[in-house]
Amino acid sequence: MSLGHRVRSDRQLARLLQIGIVLEEVVEARAHHHYQSLSADERTLDSELETLLEHAAEESADHRARLESLIDGLDADSIPFGEIETLVEARYGQTKPDDFDGVLYDQLCNEETAYKFYDDLIEAIEASDAEFSLDRDHLLTVLRDLREEERDGVEEVTKIMERRE
Amino acid sequence: MNTADQYLKTIYLIQQQDNSPAATGRVADRLDVSPASANEMIGKLEARGLAEHEKYKGVSLTDEGIVRARDALQTYCIIERFLVNVLGVEEFRAEARELESVIDGTVAERLDTIIDRKPECPDCFDPEQDACACLDVALVDEPPAD
Repeated sequence: MSLGHRVRSDRQLARLLQIGIVLEEVVEARAHHHYQSLSADERTLDSELETLLEHAAEESADHRARLESLIDGLDADSIPFGEIETLVEARYGQTKPDDFDGVLYDQLCNEETAYKFYDDLIEAIEASDAEFSLDRDHLLTVLRDLREEERDGVEEVTKIMERRE
Repeated sequence: MNTADQYLKTIYLIQQQDNSPAATGRVADRLDVSPASANEMIGKLEARGLAEHEKYKGVSLTDEGIVRARDALQTYCIIERFLVNVLGVEEFRAEARELESVIDGTVAERLDTIIDRKPECPDCFDPEQDACACLDVALVDEPPAD
């Protein structure tokens, strides 16, 4: 049992970063499939939504790459990301959102969840005096940047939702 | 999952195992904290209407406490299943114990979308094994968490 909100070891940190990658993978897959589910007409009519989903998928891919490069600097076993991609793809390949509101709401949940994850992770690292193989300042800078981008994402989706009310 | 939720989950599981109020000493042992810390937190849970403490008997959860404990247990089940089914972690119980304080319920809900959790969750959780009983793995003893 680990009471208290802190990260204590390379292994635990690596696992949390891997969870971040899976969350980003889920965001990317959902955005991609939602985008694919729009018909050609809908894409023309709703370029704002199209741009949002395209951007979400690109941003998640970029976040994953930044998390992967952090994990590379840690003394921890790797995990088979190819299998995770296949799993997430299989899970979301068949899903379709009910409507545009559903797409936006789902995207808002994605961004909020990722923001919450990075926020908790940063807090847990800050609360710890553990030495990691990775430079602590670099680690926190990357994670704070990711959190900032998720916060921007939440704001962006919220604005679109408010405009459409 | 915050510290209060970890206490609620622990009290809930001890109550399930013993079919009686949870002794403060057992709660402290399970959480690897001092009896004084356990007493302090149990007092806070009582003040929030989540638990009731009776001297010489132990602590019981209120209905509201049970709801929160079951939510926390569900989050814990999701973490265990995710570690086993998605990441293929062998010592998943030790890792789940390490991760539970950092993984929030909303994050767990997202992870839940890619694991096959059973409808009976969290009743699937076996307190003796400290693991979800529906996991497709042979449960072997693990060394204690760091």
